[in-house]
Amino acid sequence: MGAAARFILRRKGGPGGRGWHWTDIVTWVWLIGGLVIMFGPAVWLTFSSFKTPAALNEFPPSILPYVTSQATVEGYDKPLQLYDAKMPDGSTRVLAEVRRIGIMAQMVDPKAPGEIIRVNINDRTPVRSVSFATENYTEPFVHFDFLRYLWNSVFVTVVATLITLIVNSMAAFALSKYEFRGRNLAMLIILATLMVPLSVIMVPLYSIISTLGMFNSLWGVILPTVATPTGVFILRQYMLTIPDELIDAARMDKASEWQIYWRIVLPLTAPALAVLAIFSVVWRWNDFLWPLIVLSRRELYTLQVGLSIYSGELNVQWHFILAMTVVTMIPVVLVFIFLQRFITTGIAGTGLK
Amino acid sequence: MTKTAFSSLLMTPVNALMRIVDAPLRRLQKATGISGMAAFFLAPNMLIFGIFVLLPLVINFVYSMTGGTAFFLSERSFVGGEQYARLFSCVDYLDPMSCQEDAFWTAVGNTFWFVLLQVSLMILASLVTALILNRDLVARSFWRAVFFFPVLLSPVVVGLIWKWILQRQGLLNYILYQFGAEPYSWLTDRTWTFAATIGVSIWAHMGLYTLILLAGLQAIPKDLYEAAEMDGTRPARVFWRITLPLLAPNLLVVVVLALIKAVQVFDEVYVLTGGGPGTSTLYLTQYIYETGFASALRNPGLAAAASILMGLVLVVLTLLQLGVGRRSENKGKR
Repeated sequence: MGAAARFILRRKGGPGGRGWHWTDIVTWVWLIGGLVIMFGPAVWLTFSSFKTPAALNEFPPSILPYVTSQATVEGYDKPLQLYDAKMPDGSTRVLAEVRRIGIMAQMVDPKAPGEIIRVNINDRTPVRSVSFATENYTEPFVHFDFLRYLWNSVFVTVVATLITLIVNSMAAFALSKYEFRGRNLAMLIILATLMVPLSVIMVPLYSIISTLGMFNSLWGVILPTVATPTGVFILRQYMLTIPDELIDAARMDKASEWQIYWRIVLPLTAPALAVLAIFSVVWRWNDFLWPLIVLSRRELYTLQVGLSIYSGELNVQWHFILAMTVVTMIPVVLVFIFLQRFITTGIAGTGLK
Repeated sequence: MTKTAFSSLLMTPVNALMRIVDAPLRRLQKATGISGMAAFFLAPNMLIFGIFVLLPLVINFVYSMTGGTAFFLSERSFVGGEQYARLFSCVDYLDPMSCQEDAFWTAVGNTFWFVLLQVSLMILASLVTALILNRDLVARSFWRAVFFFPVLLSPVVVGLIWKWILQRQGLLNYILYQFGAEPYSWLTDRTWTFAATIGVSIWAHMGLYTLILLAGLQAIPKDLYEAAEMDGTRPARVFWRITLPLLAPNLLVVVVLALIKAVQVFDEVYVLTGGGPGTSTLYLTQYIYETGFASALRNPGLAAAASILMGLVLVVLTLLQLGVGRRSENKGKR
């Protein structure tokens, strides 16, 4: 134990005998605190998503999802609630509640249901056991068209990412491998609009989408997002590093420009395409404001829109909302687990998200 | 089936498609030459870009000078600067409630305080985290990932996570209850809700800025620190004289990026508070959204005018960023 603690807390590279400086303490308090604050809320939400509606309304809440135990007792139609009851002689018995009058409960022993035992309600506690309410996950498929939202989100994410990759890589190819008039102008326009956020153009963009007949259509969600300046920028920077000699050699061999793009440049750009694909998936999966504006029919909602609409209703069915939130988190958590090192180094290098 | 066999199976139809596309494109190449092909490659991106980014940018000005509730430009009447005049008509310019569009000025005020507090606190937290991550740590990449995790979460999920924690039966009340406090409905209190929107958006975004600052810290030459150690310089002095000056360009980029993002705050706040209670967390983007689309008394022209004013602020910040970015040769975007 001591050795493990020394291993975890050791200051790498520092001379072993120097002991603890106050900055080491600050460092570890900050890191452990960060760990709890950054992951804790999502973990808490995930635990909560397995609770029954009754358990969700409890205060103080329990960490793990509990349900109260019930038992069917001979002579009674409905299952009865089980309690640990303290007997006058000091012993504890498991009893089932028949009915309650004031502060006295009439209870029976499930094994000997003939005799009614009267117990003060302060002398008993419900019998509880850990149980995962998986129906929170299965019922939204029936109640909320959840599968449809899931499908809409997957469709938007996949199609938008594919179009982004094709369209952006073609533009980046033209901007990095051809000399033509207006090239710098095109690059300048792309860079200048890097900062045009949706909130500035949403009113006119909406009218354009309506004019094109794409209101209440998933294409209206997809198309405005696909020509990302960021994507063109990353891909172009990467393609500039591909030697022009390769392309000249291919032209000597009578390759068409399209073949050069498709067979030579694209395969060599694979690492940058992968980065853009990851970013695009996360962006499109998480998009909220624009789908909220374009989609007004329930069957077209994406997960994000559906979640926000249902969580804003008067009687929020939290047990469903929490489970749907967890499902919405899954792809992003997968990206995080498998690709975080890739992304964090990529972002640190370019400063983009 | 092996992996390569699987991927070649997957690629066969794609390759076939590309071969079909190739024939007409060869003819195009013969007709227009290399420069024509450049235009061909550029066209799809620029077309989409033109229709969905440049065109809206231009007609937004037209929109802001028209009135009525219709969305099609042809059905809207020209009103000149009336929408702007409406936004700026106030009895007393120091009191937002005396303005005709009091919601707009409330949103401007809220956004101002939000930006000021969120950006300064977040940069401070990111800087401290980056400094700590820059030490000789065991498993640094793990700790770096810890702070980055919320950045990937969708704003809707972020809003719901915190709504769940801050509600009456939530985790925060549970923790405080352990110390003997009574449960409190945080999201019905104006001040606490405002503070919550700041805290939540710091939680959600600080990982990104921490990463950029950490990259900046790691680019500072090690021998400077070694020289300082040999001279017996105190750590505080090392920080003020070496770390901070050399980090300054990165810090500036990060501040401007954070400002640009904070001005547009919407998603997570909208889900967390819906702008309430009252108008205490009504920010500019939500005002534009509600004026343009959501409210019964929708007025797209007014929303366009407000969005142009917001755009002007962003243009100033972007120019600042381009200037700063050029000087530090850093590439920040989106």
